[in-house]
Amino acid sequence: MASLIDSILVAVLLLNLFILGTSRLHTVIRVVGVQGGLLGVLALLVHEHVGLLALVVSAATVTLKGIVIPFMLLRAMREAQIRREVEPSVGFLPSMILGALSIGFSVVIAQELPLAKAHLGLLLVPASLSTVLVGFIMLTTRYKAISQVVGYLILENGIFIFGMLLVEAMPVMVELGVLLDLFVGIFVITIIVNHINEAFSSMDTRKLSSLKE
Amino acid sequence: MAFALILLPILAAGVALALPGNRVRPWLIPATGLVHLALTVWVLARPDLQPPVAWLDLDPPGRLILLVVSLMYFLCGIYAVGYLRYRGEWSNRTFVSCLLAFLGVMSLVVWSHHLGLMWVAIEATSLLTAPLIYFNRTPRSIEATWKYLLVCSVGIALALLGSFFLAYASFHSGLESSLLFEDLIHNARQLSKPWLHTAFVLLLVGYGTKMGLAPMHTWKPDAYGEAPGVVGALLAGGLTNCAFLALLRIYHVTVAAGEGAYSGKLLIFIGLLSMLVAGIFMTGQRDIKRMLAYSSVEHMGILVLGLGMGGMGTFGAMLHLVNNAMTKGVLFLTAGNIRRAYDSKSIDEVSGAMRRLPLSGTLFLFGFIAITGSPPFGPFVSEFTIVTAAFTGGRFVSGGLFLLFLLIVFMGMGGTVLAAVQGRPSGRSRMIPYRDTFLTGAPVAIFMALSLLLGLWLPTPLRTLVDQAAHYMEAPK
Amino acid sequence: MMNLAVHLALLLIMPPLLLGVINKTKAFFGGRLGPPLLQPYRDLARLMRKGLVLSQTTTGIFRAAPVVTLVAVFLAGLIMPLGPFDSPLHFAGDLVLFAYLFGLARFFTTAAALDTGSSFEGMGAAREVTFACLSEPALFFVLLLLAKMSGSLVLSDMLHSPLHVRWTVLGPPLVLAGVGLFVIVLAENCRIPVDDPNTHLELTMIHEVMVLDHSGPLLGIILYGAAVKLFILGALLLHIVFPFQTGRAWLDWSLFAAELVGLAVGIGVVESIMARLQMRHVPTLLVGSMLFCAFGFFLLVR
Repeated sequence: MASLIDSILVAVLLLNLFILGTSRLHTVIRVVGVQGGLLGVLALLVHEHVGLLALVVSAATVTLKGIVIPFMLLRAMREAQIRREVEPSVGFLPSMILGALSIGFSVVIAQELPLAKAHLGLLLVPASLSTVLVGFIMLTTRYKAISQVVGYLILENGIFIFGMLLVEAMPVMVELGVLLDLFVGIFVITIIVNHINEAFSSMDTRKLSSLKE
Repeated sequence: MAFALILLPILAAGVALALPGNRVRPWLIPATGLVHLALTVWVLARPDLQPPVAWLDLDPPGRLILLVVSLMYFLCGIYAVGYLRYRGEWSNRTFVSCLLAFLGVMSLVVWSHHLGLMWVAIEATSLLTAPLIYFNRTPRSIEATWKYLLVCSVGIALALLGSFFLAYASFHSGLESSLLFEDLIHNARQLSKPWLHTAFVLLLVGYGTKMGLAPMHTWKPDAYGEAPGVVGALLAGGLTNCAFLALLRIYHVTVAAGEGAYSGKLLIFIGLLSMLVAGIFMTGQRDIKRMLAYSSVEHMGILVLGLGMGGMGTFGAMLHLVNNAMTKGVLFLTAGNIRRAYDSKSIDEVSGAMRRLPLSGTLFLFGFIAITGSPPFGPFVSEFTIVTAAFTGGRFVSGGLFLLFLLIVFMGMGGTVLAAVQGRPSGRSRMIPYRDTFLTGAPVAIFMALSLLLGLWLPTPLRTLVDQAAHYMEAPK
Repeated sequence: MMNLAVHLALLLIMPPLLLGVINKTKAFFGGRLGPPLLQPYRDLARLMRKGLVLSQTTTGIFRAAPVVTLVAVFLAGLIMPLGPFDSPLHFAGDLVLFAYLFGLARFFTTAAALDTGSSFEGMGAAREVTFACLSEPALFFVLLLLAKMSGSLVLSDMLHSPLHVRWTVLGPPLVLAGVGLFVIVLAENCRIPVDDPNTHLELTMIHEVMVLDHSGPLLGIILYGAAVKLFILGALLLHIVFPFQTGRAWLDWSLFAAELVGLAVGIGVVESIMARLQMRHVPTLLVGSMLFCAFGFFLLVR
């Protein structure tokens, strides 16, 4: 079981790197959806004994992160009629290398944090920290609004991974509440993205620079 | 009772969504505010009221903040009616319902005694206030809303990670991992130290973003600058206090764990940094509302600084919370009035506000004098308390820097305010038929009166509330 | 003895067949009948009969390069174990020699290209070397991973340790290494998506442009050397992906040959369903495969 969890986490980390390296926005959104689906499966695997509640949370995660949110983003993209990201401020290849460095960095940091007995040797903490960092990289270096939203989604995925450590301890209601918040947040954000497109006829956030100082 | 305070505004929001027509809808806001205020006073008069569920409880800081938020909301609600009457160009349905739901969610933040529930509530406030900031529908307000949403969402996400870290800190020690504040404080000494430290840093960054502390304050000038005045007042006087409450509760956990020195130092550092950044950016600021946003950054810094100092500093911070809210109410609402009279919020066009709008202009000037800490107004008392706490506690460097930054802020803000208020109004503004009305003037006057009152005399019930809130923060023996 | 003979025979005879299989697969996807399977042999024979045309700007390096390339690649083939049998040459540290024999071959090919004084060939040489900079670390990471897994530095031992047992336990690192190595195979042998072997536009060529000036027997030697390189790298990949052995010599050899043909079909399929990447995206792909392999190695040592 542990090696399966590790395999899924490795796949998630590689998907992060892939997202950082590509410029096709359709691919990016679909891959983030796949990542969310993988996390839903992970949510199921982390439980020692799978109960009804675990199944519900897992199914909700897969549906929300894997299907609904990518669908909303793709629809916003279609209405905005953008296809590709412009060259980000750091560049695609350097972003990918930065992402790989962040994985190394997270491993180093995770060694400072002591883990409980049951969780020793699992990649959960490094994977979560590096996913959060990759989300940051996307948020800060990309110019198109949709890419920044994807960065935020990756950030949330990273936090979700860490939440897996607490799955026995935390009440499920908060996990569901977190999912709901994410959904509503994305909903509001896509509305704003549409308004941006209407106002500026472009999704390039470099145009949103009239407010300064 | 908790449920009433939380659900009533949300129900009112539902009613607002259903009501047709722009004319009746705004009255829901002060009506709900009044009922909310009455219920709040009733709850505060009975300190022994049992909480309905374990997740909802009102601790002493929560009581104080609930009172402040409720009062601010009621007065701003009256103002909102006058404001919306003036802005009849499009439907105010979203605006009114979001504003009402905002009150309900703010009450939820105050009442929630569970780390996760509090997080959900604060995230909800972010989402609900975004449409409020966007009310003006200009490209600049879209830009402001976008930055607000993105930066605050990232901050909230980090706060969630910090909450998870805190939960893991108790899980790691073999305790039953609970996110209820009672349990966290009770078990604080056994929490795993590395996790607790990292959790505090993440939570400080996360909730600090919501409060508007530097260096996470970048959304504040844009959001406060483009939002309508009444929204700015509620954000500056209500929402930041709720975020401060979240931070306060987390700080309490670290103090109970014995790590008060470490977290206190962090708080003092961030507080001073916020004041410095605010002072720097206020100098030469031409936009009135952005200046007010930086002033809010500064005062959040002062709150955090007082909290970090402990002892009398905490008392000063709690008192400052009240004073700041009242005075920000004055400043933002009068700024809104001035904006409408001049159709601009930059001092390039605004001048002679005292002549053009006698009530608003004068109160704007007095508000500036109050907020920068002059007697006989309220903020002077609270800031003086904090300075005394600094010097008697031996923190001479912090106290000295505090005074220096206050001076920088005074000079910077004074430049803008005096330019706006003095002189002769321009010809164009004389053509705009805007006058101070009762609805837009009375709340401002009441806010000013309260600020003045608190500077001269602290009524006993309020003193008890502030005292209890300050004592709550001390480590349990 | 018998195994040595089969090893040499396969190494000498089979490579052009792989090229034929790839072309046949691509034709099948295109709805064509395609060239016969043994066409590459006929092409080599034809080239050997043709006359040699040498440019006056070239020196001895130009004539020597194809020969050196072939010898180097052939030597690498002697080090690489085929199937479950040991290679004819093995000693501690031969994995480093293996990688650097390819480097030697590449060096001489690019030197010959620069020797012609043509700008196109210089451009191709620059591209080839740049991409090699990115794919060699990946190859090294894979070799390191295998060395760590088996605890030995001899290629034969590394690749013959019971990998199929380790698959269940060490699945993720091997999967990553396999994917990364597949990309390296495509890159080193100038296959789509890195390079189109059938392109006739010089500006889009990477490898083909370096051999533009060769003709006759020299060209034949180069083509044959490229096929042997594909054979060897394919054999390396097969060790990781299909580490099965039955125990009977003839069955194992036939299985190996069949797997290799299968790999050629796989490469043909990849070439047919993907389009060639834009030149500026090739470094991203190569760095990605390097990160895959590095990641696999990192997972192993964690």
